[in-house]
Amino acid sequence: MFPYLPHTDEDINNMLDVIGLRSIDDLFSDIPEDIRLKELLKINNPMSELEVSKYMNNIAKKNKSTDELVCFLGAGAYDHYIPSIIKHITSRSEFYTSYTPYQAEISQGTLQAIFEYQSMICELTGMDVSNASLYDGSTATAEGAFMACASTRRNKVAVSRTVSPGTRKVLETYTKYKGIELIEIEEKDGVTDVDDLREKMNKEVACVIIQNPNFFGIIEDVSKVEKITHESKGLLMVNAEPISLAVLKSPGEYGADIVVGEGQSLGNPLNFGGPYLGFISCTKKLMRKLPGRIVGETEDVDGKRGFVLTLQAREQHIRRDKATSNITSNQGLNALTAAIYLSALGKEGLKEVANQCLQKAHYAADSLCKTNKYELRFNKPFFMEFVVKSSIEPEKVNEELLHKNILGGYEIGKDYDKYKDDILVCVTEKRTKGEIDNLVSIMEGIE
Amino acid sequence: MKIMEEYFYTKNHEWVKVEDDTALIGVTDYAQHAMGQIVYVELPEVDDEFNQEDAFSVVESVKAASDIYMPASGSVLEVNEDLEDEPELINEDPYTNYICKIKLSDKTEINNLMNSKEYSSFCDK
Repeated sequence: MFPYLPHTDEDINNMLDVIGLRSIDDLFSDIPEDIRLKELLKINNPMSELEVSKYMNNIAKKNKSTDELVCFLGAGAYDHYIPSIIKHITSRSEFYTSYTPYQAEISQGTLQAIFEYQSMICELTGMDVSNASLYDGSTATAEGAFMACASTRRNKVAVSRTVSPGTRKVLETYTKYKGIELIEIEEKDGVTDVDDLREKMNKEVACVIIQNPNFFGIIEDVSKVEKITHESKGLLMVNAEPISLAVLKSPGEYGADIVVGEGQSLGNPLNFGGPYLGFISCTKKLMRKLPGRIVGETEDVDGKRGFVLTLQAREQHIRRDKATSNITSNQGLNALTAAIYLSALGKEGLKEVANQCLQKAHYAADSLCKTNKYELRFNKPFFMEFVVKSSIEPEKVNEELLHKNILGGYEIGKDYDKYKDDILVCVTEKRTKGEIDNLVSIMEGIE
Repeated sequence: MKIMEEYFYTKNHEWVKVEDDTALIGVTDYAQHAMGQIVYVELPEVDDEFNQEDAFSVVESVKAASDIYMPASGSVLEVNEDLEDEPELINEDPYTNYICKIKLSDKTEINNLMNSKEYSSFCDK
């Protein structure tokens, strides 16, 4: 007898009698004998609740989180401040469910929250339409590529090598099984190589994907990329960092057709790598190819404002084979978190966060360069991350920092052979002047 | 239900109005009734080439989205851009509000379409 299984042997036998079977095993008679598991699972013995929580806590203690460490690591996941209001709202039972409630009759609250999220994403990206969200930034990029292929009826996708390596790997996986050809555009001096793009761009390429600020933290000048892309009637997709959009021009303003990105920065914890939040938005012209769910505002028969899922004909349950994507899931709770974060901070608050990231990152970069042991790899404008060329092995630098409870930057040599001496340092608004000065003095002292 | 005499018809309820070696193409009155209120038409692009029976457009109504198939092979000369902003024109007058005009690549293909009488009895079945 297990404490959480209420059925006695007598109950089980009664149920088996009713359906005319003799044993539980009869329920699995359609699974061939030779592939059935005959022995018990090799797992530990059962434990009480108290034992389980002790056991788990002991495992958890082996981890060091950003609570104990001072974090200068970014590269796609960011240690931003999370206002405490978020957990109080998201943990309300009306919201706290793994199920996406979308029946308009009973889910006006959730639908409105998603609608507000979509509206704010559109405002940040400068696009007309956003969906209710996708798994994460990299899958959103892949879904955007499918969208571009569907709407241009082309079968090649170009991605800049300044786009995060993780995102490019996901793109590779997604496109491989759809028969879409993925072309990489070279990186030059930390930005997209425009000459290489010009050479590879033609009327077979559905879209060009760039990241802004890019993987190296650099704010790319997209004007030439936009021109080359649109001259061949391709679509421009920008993978954007949402916090940066508070102080940078929106991708919509510089000609993007699709804007995607990772919304973890918007109030979502680092969560050991997930669950995260993929946002995707596009121009009105492309909205019928947008994957996933879209919430719209409408009126009921009495003229009262209401929220419903809209443009459903795009969706896979209407025309499975013709749908842009067969993903219906959205990251409802993470999208809600983003909506609360953006509402709590407001326009000025978000600008303040972005500005602090910008100022503090530049202060850290200047201070590191003054040590003469590190120099900026690229002479280009950057937002909250920057690449330094280190005179000491990056692994060694990070090891020393970890001894001092500092999570150092990302060793980009892992992904780019030519930058094996380089570290990608990230400075968010959470870092204090004291923490930055401490980082610099430790890094200066490493021999 | 309205049927135009000089037009040709397909079993999927598309109509063709032949003018020399070009043709206007649209959906029939029967089709717009069956689909209900039309909210969006995905138009092909000028110079797109299609074979007979290729899907070349999607008409979306409040009920569903339906593929529209090419009644005869050809390349697109023009599309009816009015439908982009006013897709409901098809409900109002399906025979004036064509979807696109094509240059026919093989006029003999018209012979395997129905004329108005044949189409009328096809719809009555």
